[in-house]
Amino acid sequence: MLYLPGNNPGMLQDAHVYGADSVLFDLEDSVVISEKDAARIMVKNALKSVDYGRVEVTIRINPLDTDFSRKDIEEIVPVQPDALRLPKSESAKQIKKVDKLIEKIEKKNKIEQGSIKLMPMIETAKGVKDVDAIANASSRNVALTIGGEDLATDLGVTRTRGGEEIFTARSLIVMAAKAAGIDALDTIYSNVSDIKGLVDETKLIKKMGFSGKAVVHPRQIKPVHNVFAPSEKKIKEARKIVEAAQEAEEKGLGVITVNDKMIDYPIVDRAQRILTYAEITDK
Amino acid sequence: MENKVGRNIPQEVGCYSNLKPFSGTWERDIINSNDKLISLDDVLDKLDIRDGMTISFHHHFREGDILLNKILDLLSERGIKNLTLAPSSLGSVHSEIIKHIKNGVITKIHTSGLRGQLGEKVSRGLMKEPVIIRSHGGRAGAVETGRLKIDIAFIAAPTADYAGNISGSEGPSACGALGYARVDARNAEKVVAFTDNLVDFPVDSISIPQRFVDYVVEVDKIGNPEKIASGALRKTSTIPPKNMLIAEKVAEIIGSSRYFEDNFSLQTGSGTVSLATIDILKDMMSKQEIKGSFMMGGITGGHVSLLKEGLFDKIFDTQTFDLAAVKSIAENKDHIEIDAGDYADPFNKGPLVNNLDFVILSILEIDLDFNANVITGSDGIFRGASGGHSDTAAGSNVSIVVAPSVRGRIPTIKDSVTNVVTPGSDIDILVTERGVSINPHREDLKEDIINNTDLDVMEIEELQEKVEKLTGKPKPIEFKDNIVGLIEYRDGTIIDVVREVK
Repeated sequence: MLYLPGNNPGMLQDAHVYGADSVLFDLEDSVVISEKDAARIMVKNALKSVDYGRVEVTIRINPLDTDFSRKDIEEIVPVQPDALRLPKSESAKQIKKVDKLIEKIEKKNKIEQGSIKLMPMIETAKGVKDVDAIANASSRNVALTIGGEDLATDLGVTRTRGGEEIFTARSLIVMAAKAAGIDALDTIYSNVSDIKGLVDETKLIKKMGFSGKAVVHPRQIKPVHNVFAPSEKKIKEARKIVEAAQEAEEKGLGVITVNDKMIDYPIVDRAQRILTYAEITDK
Repeated sequence: MENKVGRNIPQEVGCYSNLKPFSGTWERDIINSNDKLISLDDVLDKLDIRDGMTISFHHHFREGDILLNKILDLLSERGIKNLTLAPSSLGSVHSEIIKHIKNGVITKIHTSGLRGQLGEKVSRGLMKEPVIIRSHGGRAGAVETGRLKIDIAFIAAPTADYAGNISGSEGPSACGALGYARVDARNAEKVVAFTDNLVDFPVDSISIPQRFVDYVVEVDKIGNPEKIASGALRKTSTIPPKNMLIAEKVAEIIGSSRYFEDNFSLQTGSGTVSLATIDILKDMMSKQEIKGSFMMGGITGGHVSLLKEGLFDKIFDTQTFDLAAVKSIAENKDHIEIDAGDYADPFNKGPLVNNLDFVILSILEIDLDFNANVITGSDGIFRGASGGHSDTAAGSNVSIVVAPSVRGRIPTIKDSVTNVVTPGSDIDILVTERGVSINPHREDLKEDIINNTDLDVMEIEELQEKVEKLTGKPKPIEFKDNIVGLIEYRDGTIIDVVREVK
């Protein structure tokens, strides 16, 4: 997921060419207050006129406690992005309010109900405490995300290379997301020239259960993909398992065996996920 | 008739007539090396510069050139008019000469490139006679065959000795190879070396030997080598993401090709795409244990690092593009200085461009027939150079052109380019950040790319459509009838004319 400022026309028109699975047009932090209108209009027009192909388009609107957020939603929903990111999500109530508003706009613009998805961003202590309720607040939710920088500020701590200061928050967010049946997506790594730091952090969050990571520069895309990309050996194994499962299903067998070993359904699910990642990361 | 040593010499003997009696050791226009070192004022007297002559300069200092502007100021002071200025190329730094065009000192220009204010003014009809644009190989051919006859070559010489030996790779103003100047030195009527580093005889590594040089003049400063590498000396980590993406695609294309094998050869430019491509190729070659034969072209530190690691056997260098490469050409025997004739003269018996497998070239515009424009912008104004574009595209096996698909708001792919420099028949692959198009006559390349990569290959028309969806179709620019430039193809034929912009 590549973040791009919403008020840069050159970046908006080329956003999808760098190989990110999803682009995130930002109306929040990277846009100064005096440019909020301009960015909103520009993103709206980019969505109308640029063909982003298979790349998912998500818009990060302004925080729900600001006046800008409502306008953002009203202007952006009609041009049908794949999803909205909701910064500083702190309660289920907020999310439900957004859900209702989108529903109204969908109706008015004859957009399929529920097609605009949501990704609440957890970036305050309050948000972390209410994360379960937030995760379950709307059927539009497809992922929870964590905003590392803002969360650190709210906690009164500094961000470190190891990320110990947000470890608990990350864990709670993964738990809440998985319990709600949605994905957990990790925060950005802001030091663009420190590729090793980026890779180490990506390895960590992958282990913790995150299914993706936001990036702020095209240069960060490949390293993140490489961490998430399964090895050739794993892909081969997964393919065998999925094929065996299909075969078993076709033959009506209740038991799946690969190399004379019995395979459980969770293992099939995991194998399926490995193949999905292999496809996303071009392996 | 009695000669100088008192012998009687007949005017005719048998079939030999018009015999000349010996008249003294230094009498018959013989140059004495001891007389070569003279002052700036004296040299201008001795050269007997007259109205209507053709003078040349090299552009190895690129935007750091000092000599050309300075000499033209001096010639103007002396009241010389109607000169033909025939440097190997011109940069923005030479916009100073606009005043000498206006006052009639310069009436004709032959060059590879035109840029900046000068380019703009010429495009708007500054000169009565059209500017002749030649490729580097085309110029070498024109000079060697006498089609472009140089009366005086003024050569900025980073190091010289009193006898006229010149080195490009030594001295405080070292610029590396002197590939363009060498051709002029061999063929010009008179040759003057200007140096800010006069050394004891003989200079160490000789780019131009004394036998071609008439005079040596010591001056304070001949050029700024730091300005050679305008934009070329960038680290990979600072390369704009779009150029990085294009470079990754180019490297993938080369890697996928059946011609990427031991002993392959490569030329790149000095832009950021080329630099990044070289970096990626370096890894690819090490991993796949492929060893190349030679690299050529504008040479940078990037090329040098591949040579040092043994990934290529040789570098053939006509023009050195950064200080790391200047250092290398002085120290590394496998980094070989060649001249523009060796490089690309289509009329000699073996220009090295013919040995090239891959060349990576940038473009300003390309059209649906793959014709390439590198001389004028989409506004019709001179803002580039023919350079080695058509030479290498013709000589190489695989020519890859690279460009962003949109510049400003203007699409790079046109129905028809503003001006043709390189014919589309010599261009094989176009790489942009939005997709790759392959010239239909290169089925072999298409097959390799489609079978071995996941690149978005599409017809050039489709790529154009994709871009125009964003930009719309620009309104064609309008020109007057007046012709301000003639673009010579490398063989001396005219491939296009440049018209005055409205």
